[in-house]
Amino acid sequence: MNGYNFAYLDEQTKRMIRRALLKAVAIPGHQIPFGSREMPLPYGWGTGGIQVTAAVLGPDDVLKVIDQGADDTTNAVSIRRFFARTAGVATKTHTSVATIIQTRHRIPEQALTEGQILVYQVPMPDPLAKLEPSRAETTRMHGLAEYGLMHVKLYEDITRFGHVSISYDYPVMVNDRYLMSPSPIPAYDNPKLSRNPALQLFGAGREKRIYAIPPHTEVRSLDFDDHPFRTTRAPHACDLCGDDASYLDEVVTDNQGGRMFVCSDTDHCASRQALKEAAE
Amino acid sequence: MSLDLPGFADPVLGAQRAFRAVLDAMSHPGRIVRVGEGLVSPAPLCSAAAACVLALVDQDVRVHADAEAVAAADWLRFHTGTTLCGLAEADFVLALALPDLAGLAAGSDDAPELGASVILQVAALGAGRRFMIEGPGLAVPAAFAVDGLPEDFAGIWAANHRRFPRGVDLILCAGDRLAALPRSLRIREV
Repeated sequence: MNGYNFAYLDEQTKRMIRRALLKAVAIPGHQIPFGSREMPLPYGWGTGGIQVTAAVLGPDDVLKVIDQGADDTTNAVSIRRFFARTAGVATKTHTSVATIIQTRHRIPEQALTEGQILVYQVPMPDPLAKLEPSRAETTRMHGLAEYGLMHVKLYEDITRFGHVSISYDYPVMVNDRYLMSPSPIPAYDNPKLSRNPALQLFGAGREKRIYAIPPHTEVRSLDFDDHPFRTTRAPHACDLCGDDASYLDEVVTDNQGGRMFVCSDTDHCASRQALKEAAE
Repeated sequence: MSLDLPGFADPVLGAQRAFRAVLDAMSHPGRIVRVGEGLVSPAPLCSAAAACVLALVDQDVRVHADAEAVAAADWLRFHTGTTLCGLAEADFVLALALPDLAGLAAGSDDAPELGASVILQVAALGAGRRFMIEGPGLAVPAAFAVDGLPEDFAGIWAANHRRFPRGVDLILCAGDRLAALPRSLRIREV
């Protein structure tokens, strides 16, 4: 595209983000401040993820963008088109052929492989922010690995509800050192964070933080011995592809209370439907 | 003088490729990746070290070049706009011999990312003294061989790793190949 640098960002900004990314990989789970730029889309639409993607993207990459698992929502389509125009990269919706996957709030159902990069869009990078309003204080708590407050929050949940009431953005410990927000992915996806062969990068544009989980790194969802971490999903099979293990969206279909459950991962669902059709 | 040597033939994509190689190396410690092929590097730097510098260094960071690497100072300043500084203040250390890691910026508990990155040129990667490495980025402990590190490197590294998350990260370069040792890594000699 004329008038813009490759992948939109200027080179000095990319270098700044790249240096932050390398340190993020060297210190798994630690949030690194960076000079987040104003992007041609509003905060909350993936400005952090877009900047991380722009800094790692090359002309040979194949980019996939998902929004809550879907390739065909406004956010996913516009970010995909943004990079197709500013970087000329190939964009695909198949999880297996993508080298970089930018995601808003889901991890694809299909297992990722070594060499793939998963870029998360993060609204609130600090899991302690909801418990302690002072950033100076939470920085100190991360520095000292002082995470008692989060355990108290989980404990209070258990005393009040009988279980931990966090269903998304479930806090995790990375490499046994840093408490980290996995971004608002459903707790269902948390187990996929751990020992994932893909490199996972996180960008928070408004909050100006970058962090990462290197491949094969231990990530543990916080829990207690007598209240182990559990994932939940709607107790249904997908109404389109029949998968009874994938993460489901509930879709209201009419005004008479009609509803259906469908896979939140559209690529996963479409591949399964195509397989079923081919078999018939 | 090495001012007449060019940087990347394509500054944008050259830097992107070099960065991806370093990112690959940093996220898979010990993996040897190719970088800076075809880049004409200033003496005494190898093309991998030169590519790292061109991809990561600019006027926002400060670099320390050791007694040998300082021969490329003009090239460094010309292509990156960086300023040279003392060992303790450096964001990046460009070296042909392992500097005293305890004398480098290691960041603080609150901001460990301020720890220095050492771009160290070694004699050879994949040959020489053998180490076992384990940590984030590795599914199982891996073997790693490098020629050109001091005798007691395992001990020096243990001291660096012990203060995690503070510490320095090492990028080892030889010819057009490099490997990275992030501070999160545990290393022992075999």
